Amino acid sequence: MNLHEFQAKQLLREAGLAPPRGEVADSPAAAKEAAARLGGQGWVVKAQVHAGGRGKAGGIRFAANLQEVESCAAELLGRRLVTYQNAPEGQPVDRVLIEEGLAIARELYVSLLVDRAAERVAVVASAAGGMDIEEVARSHPDEVLRELCDPLLGLQDYQVRSLAFALRLTGQAYKNFCRLLPGLYRLFVELDLTLLEVNPLVVTQDDRLLPLDCKMAVDDNALYRQGRLADLRDDSQADPREAAAHEAGINYVALSGNIGCMVNGAGLAMATMDLIKLHGGEPANFLDVGGGASAETVARAFKILLADGQVRAVLVNIFGGIMRCDVIAEGIVRAVREVGVQVPVVVRLEGTNVDQGKRILGESGLAIVSAADLTAAARHAVEAAR
Amino acid sequence: MSILINRETKVLCQGFTGKQGSFHSEQALAYGTRMVGGVTPGKGGQTHLGLPVFDTMRAAVAQTGADASVIYVPAAYASDSIMEAADAGIALIVCITEGIPVRDMLNVKAALRANGARLIGPNCPGVITAGECKIGIMPGFIHQRGKVGIVSRSGTLTYEAVHQTTQLGLGQTTCVGIGGDPIKGMDFIDCLKLFERDAQTEAIVLVGEIGGSREEEAAEFIQSSVSKPVAAYIAGVTAPRGKRMGHAGAIIAGGKGTAEEKMRALEKAGVVVARSPADIGAALQQAVAGRT
Repeated sequence: MNLHEFQAKQLLREAGLAPPRGEVADSPAAAKEAAARLGGQGWVVKAQVHAGGRGKAGGIRFAANLQEVESCAAELLGRRLVTYQNAPEGQPVDRVLIEEGLAIARELYVSLLVDRAAERVAVVASAAGGMDIEEVARSHPDEVLRELCDPLLGLQDYQVRSLAFALRLTGQAYKNFCRLLPGLYRLFVELDLTLLEVNPLVVTQDDRLLPLDCKMAVDDNALYRQGRLADLRDDSQADPREAAAHEAGINYVALSGNIGCMVNGAGLAMATMDLIKLHGGEPANFLDVGGGASAETVARAFKILLADGQVRAVLVNIFGGIMRCDVIAEGIVRAVREVGVQVPVVVRLEGTNVDQGKRILGESGLAIVSAADLTAAARHAVEAAR
Repeated sequence: MSILINRETKVLCQGFTGKQGSFHSEQALAYGTRMVGGVTPGKGGQTHLGLPVFDTMRAAVAQTGADASVIYVPAAYASDSIMEAADAGIALIVCITEGIPVRDMLNVKAALRANGARLIGPNCPGVITAGECKIGIMPGFIHQRGKVGIVSRSGTLTYEAVHQTTQLGLGQTTCVGIGGDPIKGMDFIDCLKLFERDAQTEAIVLVGEIGGSREEEAAEFIQSSVSKPVAAYIAGVTAPRGKRMGHAGAIIAGGKGTAEEKMRALEKAGVVVARSPADIGAALQQAVAGRT
């Protein structure tokens, strides 16, 4: 789950890791008032969306006076911001963050994330801040510094110092860094983050070090013990279909094709999408109904995937293990009746009680195609969607 | 012969008296698994499914001499259960639980590195030696004693591979579902090493998916150290970048971990890669034919 920049910075502030002074606003008037309260000579107006690349997309504006703060906020609020990182339809800007303008001397990069190969938290840093770090890693791999943290010991002071020296920090900025980085590590661990990225981390002309931008992602599996962060969820930033599925407890990812998929198991769900593509079709979604799918879950899943107006056919692919095919078949029949499914439904059942399952589908009197195997199912679905 | 478990393996269940623990223990017993008891704190001294219940793993291991344990404990408590099993001297810990926070698994892995216990999972279907011992939630009846070793990151795709190898009359030795989490216990290479050494296993199926680089590492290992024919299937060719596809570990991050990269690496290592999940069995036949 992603947090907004203003939420992440509030968490930094509470941890004593001073980000630039700023206030969040949801109207142009409030933005102007916030800037007046902050005072100073110039301000930055930043669109709050869950995507990187805001600067290039015009989502970050500089205002020299209070009037400009108001007009910048007016231009950003209420529109959808499209960046190179998010979907073509962009994400809504419901809030802007107003921050003090800073006289910047250098832009650095620092992030914390879980390194899967090393099975440790990695601190990644670079003197080339303000840019896409993946681009830096490709073009100048030796400019990307890494420190791996032993989970039982945590980030050590010597690791912090060696990064500080490698980033050529001195004086006040060096001291700030040696305090900031352990603080970021503590937050990363305590808040169950999977990503904490500060890009850029700036050194000001008066030698202070401040996180100018901050991105945080929380481990979804840890939200049960991070109640406060769970409350910061902003479903307006997600695809509305994905948000509805999340609400219903179903794993769903919207895609751009026209064949709706309902599958048990994440791996088989991906494989089903691939199979559709292999046979010349385009999947409309990823949907995993889970191992213990009930008739109700199947009905809910049908509603979610049919809410996508593009769907011209539905492919149900179930390998019944502990879940019996006859129970699934009854669920499908009920769902097709209840939901009033108007598009062709192709079903492939395999596993426990498969014959009973197929019989239930056949005797339902509904226009359900019961496919003999995986390949036949994909072919039927692709044809039906044409 | 087989790997990891056989008819002699004595198995404990953690979370024994709960709904999941009860259901799957009954299924395991019906399959012939040598279940020797279970643990539910506070219910020690009771009998459940005709087996003794213990308060702690230490007591359970002392009384039963168990070699393996299976965990059906909710995500918030599962990492503690893994640690408890390791501390009690269990050599093979199978964690079925889905949804354990990454931070907990980082700590578990660091602790296990010192302890030496083997962990399968979490977020996995478990491990089964066909016709001998079933530890986990997989449907037993689709398996058939035979000669194929299967290792997979996905539950239902494992069943596809099992089903197809059974249909072809090849059967299986041991099938290991290593799970869909980014930080987990045994990985492809750990299982490949064991399959390579196992006399009964004549061929190997590897089922991977997007995310991470374990398939690429497995490909390198196969090239250098596996003499048996290997077939593979990788799910997620059509998965969009940066989106988590159901499994916590199934995400193409920063352009890395795509299905294409993994398939290319495996093919380069001489593995026959099925393009369709319906062709896993056929790919294996082709891999076997290529070696003879």
